[in-house]
Amino acid sequence: MTDLDTKATPSLRMREPEKLDDELLEPEKLWRVRLRLARKTFARNWKLFSRNKIGLVGLTIIGLFALMAVLHPILMDRVWDPAIYDPVKGYDAVVTEFVIVEEVSDPFHEISLADAQLRTNPFVEVGETVSIPLQPAPPSKAHWLGTDPVGRDILSQLMYSTRAAFALGAIAALFAVFIATTIGSVAAFYGGWLDAVLMRFADLVLLVPLIPILIVVSALFNLNLPLLGILLGVLSGFGGTAIVLKSQALSVTVKPFVDAARVAGGSNRHIIFRHIIPNVLPLSFLYMMFTVTDAISLEATLSFLGLMNTPMSWGIMIYTTHSQGYLLSGTHYWWLLIPAGMAVTLVAASFFLVGRAMDEVINPRLRRR
Amino acid sequence: MAKFITKRVVQMLLLFIVFLTVVFFLLEAQPGDLSQQYIGNPEIPPEQKALLAERLGLDKPVGARYLAYMGNFFTGNLGNSLSQWPRPVSEMIVEALPRTLVLFLSATLLAYYLGFMTGKVLAWRRGKFTEYALTLGGVGLYTVFYPWFALLMIWGFGFMLSEWVGFRVFPISKFIDVQDWVGSPFTVNDVFLRMITVAALSMLAAAITTIIARRRLELGPALRVRNFAFLIGVLYPFVYFYMSPMRAYAGDIFHHTLLPVMTLSLVAFAGIMLLTRASMLETLREDFILTARAKGLSEKVIRDRHAARNALLPVVTSLVLALAFVIGGGIITETVFSWPGIGLLLLTAVTVEDIPLAIGCLSIIAVLALFGHLVADIIYMYLDPRIRYQ
Repeated sequence: MTDLDTKATPSLRMREPEKLDDELLEPEKLWRVRLRLARKTFARNWKLFSRNKIGLVGLTIIGLFALMAVLHPILMDRVWDPAIYDPVKGYDAVVTEFVIVEEVSDPFHEISLADAQLRTNPFVEVGETVSIPLQPAPPSKAHWLGTDPVGRDILSQLMYSTRAAFALGAIAALFAVFIATTIGSVAAFYGGWLDAVLMRFADLVLLVPLIPILIVVSALFNLNLPLLGILLGVLSGFGGTAIVLKSQALSVTVKPFVDAARVAGGSNRHIIFRHIIPNVLPLSFLYMMFTVTDAISLEATLSFLGLMNTPMSWGIMIYTTHSQGYLLSGTHYWWLLIPAGMAVTLVAASFFLVGRAMDEVINPRLRRR
Repeated sequence: MAKFITKRVVQMLLLFIVFLTVVFFLLEAQPGDLSQQYIGNPEIPPEQKALLAERLGLDKPVGARYLAYMGNFFTGNLGNSLSQWPRPVSEMIVEALPRTLVLFLSATLLAYYLGFMTGKVLAWRRGKFTEYALTLGGVGLYTVFYPWFALLMIWGFGFMLSEWVGFRVFPISKFIDVQDWVGSPFTVNDVFLRMITVAALSMLAAAITTIIARRRLELGPALRVRNFAFLIGVLYPFVYFYMSPMRAYAGDIFHHTLLPVMTLSLVAFAGIMLLTRASMLETLREDFILTARAKGLSEKVIRDRHAARNALLPVVTSLVLALAFVIGGGIITETVFSWPGIGLLLLTAVTVEDIPLAIGCLSIIAVLALFGHLVADIIYMYLDPRIRYQ
C-alpha cells in the first residue's frame, strides 16, 4: 500500500536545521524513510488482517506445514534411518503380534485360524500368538502415522510432500505474478492493439480448461514438478490473473500522479516501473495466494491420475491407496487416505483463506462497516 | 441482438482456430514427433519408412501439414485411434459425448439453482450462526481436494450407507450393471439417448409454456403456471419411462447417474454459493435497497426482487470460470466413478499414448467450453438490459 499517511510526514520535517539539503537527498536517508513508512503500513495492514480470524487460522496452518517441510531434511539427517524412513525407497518390516481366535472382534490384535494358517504355517492352533509382518501397519511409536501398503512411513511421505508442494506453489506463483504484472501494466499503459491482442489471448487461456490440457501435455512431455510449476505459472499469468491486474493497472494509469510524472519528464519505462507496477503489486501478492492454491490442488490431482513424473506427493499417496485397493476399507485403514487428503485440502484452503483476508486489507469495499 | 450474437460466434470461431493452432504446435514441439510413434519400429526397412512418411504426409513442410490438419479437423476427420485401431476417433467421441454432456449439464444447472438460492439467504442472514456454518462449509467444499472428496463420497454414500441401510442406495461406480443388461433388446446408447431426448423435450415444453404465460397472463398467475409447468416437466420423463418397455434399463442408468452428479454439483455449488453471497453483500449496500426499505416493502420482496436480481449479474459472469471448473471436475468425476465419458476417454488415451484420440477429446472439450461460454454470454445479454436494448 503506497498511500502516504499524514502521520508519517512529520518525521521528514523534523530534521535539525544545520543539515544541508543535499544531505537530505542522500539515498541512504531516503531508504530509511521508506523503511519506516513500510513498517508503519505493515503494522496498519497487519491490524486489518488480524481482525479477520479465519485468515489468521489459515496463516497458522501454513506456518505449521512450513515447519514440517523444514523439519523433514533435519529429521532424515539426524534422527531417522534413511533405509527405513525414506519417503520413496524406505521399508520397515513392522511385525505385529496376533492372537489366533475363532471369531475376530478386534482386527488389529486378533486373527482367524484360517488366515493365520495361510500367513504363517499350517500347524498353528487357536489361542497361540503369531508374529506377522503386516503392511500397511497401523500407527505405532516408530511410525506415528503408520506405513503405506509397501511399508513406507506415512509421516515422512507427508513431510516430504509438503516441501514439494510449497516449492511448486512458489514457482507457479512467482511466474504467474511476474508475467501477469508485466502484461497487465503494459496492456493498460499502452492500450490499443497491444492491449487487444494480449487480452483476447488471456480470454483464450481462461476459457480452455486447464486439466485436459495438462493431461495431454503429460502424454507429450515429461511432466515433472518444475515444468508443471512453470506451465501453471505461465498459463495463469497470461490468463485470469493478467485480466484482473490489467483492470487494476488501468485504474492507476488515469490517476493524477501518472500525469504528473509524465509532465516531469518521466519516460514510459519509468512510469510503468515506478508508478504503475508498485500500485498493482498488492493485488499481485493476493493473486499469488490463489495461484498457490490452484497449483497445489492441480498437482495433487495430476498425481492422483498417475500422470506426474515425481517421486512422492500428496496426490501420489492417495493414488497408491486407491490403486492398491484400500479405498473401501473405510475407517479401518484411515491413515492411508485421511492424512494426505487433509493435507492437500488444508494447505490449499489456508492459502485461499489468507488470500481472502488479504483481499479485505487491499479492497476497502469488502470491509465490514 | 442478432448482431451481438453473430459477433460473439465469429469471435468464438477465431478463438477455436487459435486453440487448434496451439495444439498443432504443441504436437510439433513434443520430443520425438508423431512419426516416431508410427514408423519408429526398427524392423521396418528404410524404404518402407520413407513410403509411410510420404503416405502420412510427414515429409511435407510444417505449413502444408498445418493446413492439412486444419482441413481434416473441419471436415470431421479426427483420424483413427491407435489403441483401438482402426476405429475412427470421431465415432468414439460421438459415443461418449452424451454421457459427459448429461453429467456436465445436470451438475451445472443444479449447482447454479441451489447455489444462488442458498447464497442469497446467506447474505441476508449475515452474522447469524447459519451464515457462519454454511460459509465455512462452503469454503471447505470449495477448496477440498476434489478426487479425495469424490472417493469419500463413494465410501460414504456408495458403501457405508448401503451397509447401514441394508440395500444398495447408490452404485459405487460405472454407467450400467452389465449383468442386468444381458439379453436386453436395447443398446445402452439407445436407451440413454431416448432418456436425454424425453427429458430435454419436456423441459423445453415447460419453458415454452412459461414464456407464453408470461406474455398472456398477469404476474401472479404466470408464476403459478411456471411452477406447475416445471413440476410437470420434471415429472413427465419419470412417468414416460415407467410406462415404457425400457423401464428397468432406464432406471439402471438413472440409478448410476445419481452419485456422480451429486458429487460434482456439491463442489460446484459451493463456489456459486460463496459468489452469490459476496455479490449480494455488495448489492445490499446500494441506495436502492435503502429506498425499497423506506417504501415499506416486505423483506422477501426486497431480497428476491430488488437485491437478488441485481446480484445475479456477476454470478452469471462467473459461469465462464465455473465452466472450466466443472469441465476439470467432470474429468476427475468420470475417472473416479469409471463413468465412460469424454474425460475418461481422454485419460485412457493419454495413458496408452493414443495421441489422435487424446487430441480429439481435448478439441471436443474445448468446443464444449467455448459453446458454454457463448451460452453464458447470451444469458448475460438477456439479463442486462443495457445490452439487450442496443
